[in-house]
Amino acid sequence: MTTATHDHDHAHDDHHDHHPTGLARWVTATNHKDIGTLYMWFAFIMFISGGVLALCIRLELFSPGLQFFRPELFNQFTTLHGLIMVFGAIMPAFTGLANWQIPLMIGAPDMAFARMNNWSFWLLPPAALLLMISFVVPGGAAAAGWTLYAPLSTQMGMGMDLTIFAIHIMGISSIMGAINIVTTILNMRAPGMTMMKMPMFVWTSLITAYLLIAVMPVLAGAVTMVLTDRHFGTNFFNAAGGGDPVLYQHIFWFFGHPEVYIMALPAFGIVSQVIPTFARKPLFGYHSMVYATSSIAILSFMVWAHHMYSVGMPVTAQLFFMYATTLIAVPTGVKVFNWIATMWKGEMSFETPMLFAIGFVCLFTLGGLSGVVLSIAAVDIQLHDTYYVVAHFHYVLVAGALFSLFAAVYYWLPKWTGYMYDEKMGKFHFWWSMIWFNVTFFPMHFLGLAGMPRRIPDYATQFTEFNTIASIGAAMFGFGQLILLYNVIRTIRGGVGPAPQKPWEGAHTLEWEVPSPAPFHTWETPPPVALVDKLSAEQKLH
Amino acid sequence: MATHQPDYFVPQPSKWPLVGAFALFFIGLGASLAVNAVSAGWGALAVGVAILIYMLFGWFGDVIRESEGGVYSKRVDISFRWGMGWFIFSEVMFFAAFFGTLFYVRTISVPELGNMEHKLLWPDFRAMWPNSVAPNGTEPYQVMGAFGLPAWNTLILLTSGVTLTWAHWGLMKNNRSQLKLGLLVTVLLGALFLGLQMYEYAHAWGDLGLTLSSGVYGATFYMMTGFHGMHVFIGALMLAVMYARSLKGHFTAEHHFAFEAAAWYWHFVDVVWLILFVFVYWL
Ligand code: HEM
Ligand SMILES: [Cu+2]
Repeated sequence: MTTATHDHDHAHDDHHDHHPTGLARWVTATNHKDIGTLYMWFAFIMFISGGVLALCIRLELFSPGLQFFRPELFNQFTTLHGLIMVFGAIMPAFTGLANWQIPLMIGAPDMAFARMNNWSFWLLPPAALLLMISFVVPGGAAAAGWTLYAPLSTQMGMGMDLTIFAIHIMGISSIMGAINIVTTILNMRAPGMTMMKMPMFVWTSLITAYLLIAVMPVLAGAVTMVLTDRHFGTNFFNAAGGGDPVLYQHIFWFFGHPEVYIMALPAFGIVSQVIPTFARKPLFGYHSMVYATSSIAILSFMVWAHHMYSVGMPVTAQLFFMYATTLIAVPTGVKVFNWIATMWKGEMSFETPMLFAIGFVCLFTLGGLSGVVLSIAAVDIQLHDTYYVVAHFHYVLVAGALFSLFAAVYYWLPKWTGYMYDEKMGKFHFWWSMIWFNVTFFPMHFLGLAGMPRRIPDYATQFTEFNTIASIGAAMFGFGQLILLYNVIRTIRGGVGPAPQKPWEGAHTLEWEVPSPAPFHTWETPPPVALVDKLSAEQKLH
Repeated sequence: MATHQPDYFVPQPSKWPLVGAFALFFIGLGASLAVNAVSAGWGALAVGVAILIYMLFGWFGDVIRESEGGVYSKRVDISFRWGMGWFIFSEVMFFAAFFGTLFYVRTISVPELGNMEHKLLWPDFRAMWPNSVAPNGTEPYQVMGAFGLPAWNTLILLTSGVTLTWAHWGLMKNNRSQLKLGLLVTVLLGALFLGLQMYEYAHAWGDLGLTLSSGVYGATFYMMTGFHGMHVFIGALMLAVMYARSLKGHFTAEHHFAFEAAAWYWHFVDVVWLILFVFVYWL
């Protein structure tokens, strides 16, 4: 019989496992649930910070003319908004979810490297602090856009250096987190849980982690070259010295495109858990989901230059990247088809997680379709760096990644806290977000098609109406997130009553086989093979 | 029950990760200030590095104690193997960024800079590799040949791979003196490599006029050999720790993943050098 221990001198008295309380519990944590919680709260704080920056941007763009901020400061806002949302909010939130859920879902007692897990988390606050500090140094924060393109990034002040080191630290954090996830999934599954019986969220986390290990070092290389170009006299991105600024874009997007899948694949995983539960049917086409996820991961390394159609690549290269990119629509289409087929003739009910999951399917598909439009080189020459692109990536990042995170929080909150959240308020949060999200971002398509460039603090007067609408929508969307905060805090404090072990009767994964709230240590003895087999059969996995 | 070996291992709460977070904060802050000539930066950097060293000793100390205490089961051992393997993969991708850069400048940007359009800007620039002058023509320099010191260094690193494997055989046969001798020779070969590399840099910088700003050739040359050298240093350090541990009687013929991890790393560094030798020095 397999068992787990927490330390050699504690091997046989797990029940007296005395862990520190108060602050020490969190800073010295080795427990995957504690660390998952830390990640989630950190991500939420970053989401609010990045959101405040977004609202500053929208405030300035409410009407034409320069109203509130100098253009230099405006550029710092867009840059830090992007960096904070990507590296501070979305990625840590998914890592936090992986931490909480993967051991529960595969029947492991904890993550493979519990101490390193804590380091992965505690590297994030210092990195965030460096980004904050960058606002107050001479020259201000980085203002080159979240992509940090050379030669902008090779020219700015000290804020750029702080950003570079912050990216290094966040990169180390992500790589360690990813190694932990991969190792846990490959080596710590309960007996009987073969790869093809893993829940989809585990599969997508595995493939996401693989992508992270593959591309975060490439980003580290890119920003290191920016650093040496800035301070040590190298000429990687300087044509006069034999280098090429376009080289930066190639390296950045070799990281950057897989990065967008790092923010999308875990969302696919969450939705693939939620929809079957509330449609009360097994996931349609589990195998094709796994293969689609893998092929997206492979293809994502071959499409990076679709971000660079307008830099002057040879036509053959443009054609190659265009075809490769449109090819990705195939596995993505498989997924959307499977989600819809799962719902087809299902016994559906519409609790908050399901609402967000359906919202995800609708809006992510819209974002995916505008992505197909942008993948056409001839069209992108026109639309590149316009608000059409801003609309596109917010459909996949906000209505995609963020909505899936909302779904996940509502779905697993009963398991985490032991209490039920207020369903009415949850539904209100969904409809509020859904409506104002579209009010904010749908008009941006029109702005982009009409030619309004992104990353500008001022615009021609014919763009006024849509910008005003977008700004009102953004403010409403932003304040609406306080509903989520309130609902979560209320749930932690008792919510609308205790949660049963399995609040969703349509769920068939292992995390619902432990009590609510999940005890500090779970699956110290792995779940019996019979249980694993029973659950797989219920999900029609063979 | 007392000898029952658990399948998993979940360590008790530990302060080391937090210590490491402080270390990297000070390193990041200090380095940012230092490269901008703020002298306080050097202080912060030094503090950060000191904390990091403290953390490494403390953290690895815990791991070694646990390992020698026998709490790591077969399954934990497999986790370590996966972990090290994926870490090396991330290092491969780090070097891939620089090799990608090298191939890009050699096949695309340098030839492009010599074409007709760019004649208007830099009429004297001739596109070739290795080029001995940048388009803007500042400070001509000479390039580094392959078959002097670099060839010797190749031989040294390859030999060190052999001596390390020989040490591993010793460990597996329980021949401790072969283990110790093999490790010692490997570490010394690593040190010799680094010494020669330093000598080569001095020669390149002083006699050939080859600096970091010597066109993109100088940039890729120093960046790639420099990062490789750093990895040799780290690998040699790991092996030195393994040597110290073998003196203390650590490792058994069955249970010695720390040694193997260091060896994997060393071979990885070897392979990177071979590719470097071909594409940076030779072709
Ligand atoms: C409250 C919701 C949000 C609003 C109102 C909002 C608004 C904006 C605006 C106005 C811009 C600037 C466009 C420009 O001038 O080019 C922007 C850029 C961006 N946003 Fe958001 N955003 C929101 C949430 C998010 C989220 C959740 C992400 C997730 C990753 C995200 C990622 C980005 C990125 C990557 C950029 C590009 C930054 C750059 O140009 O360098 N945003 N956003
Ligand atoms: Cu892309």
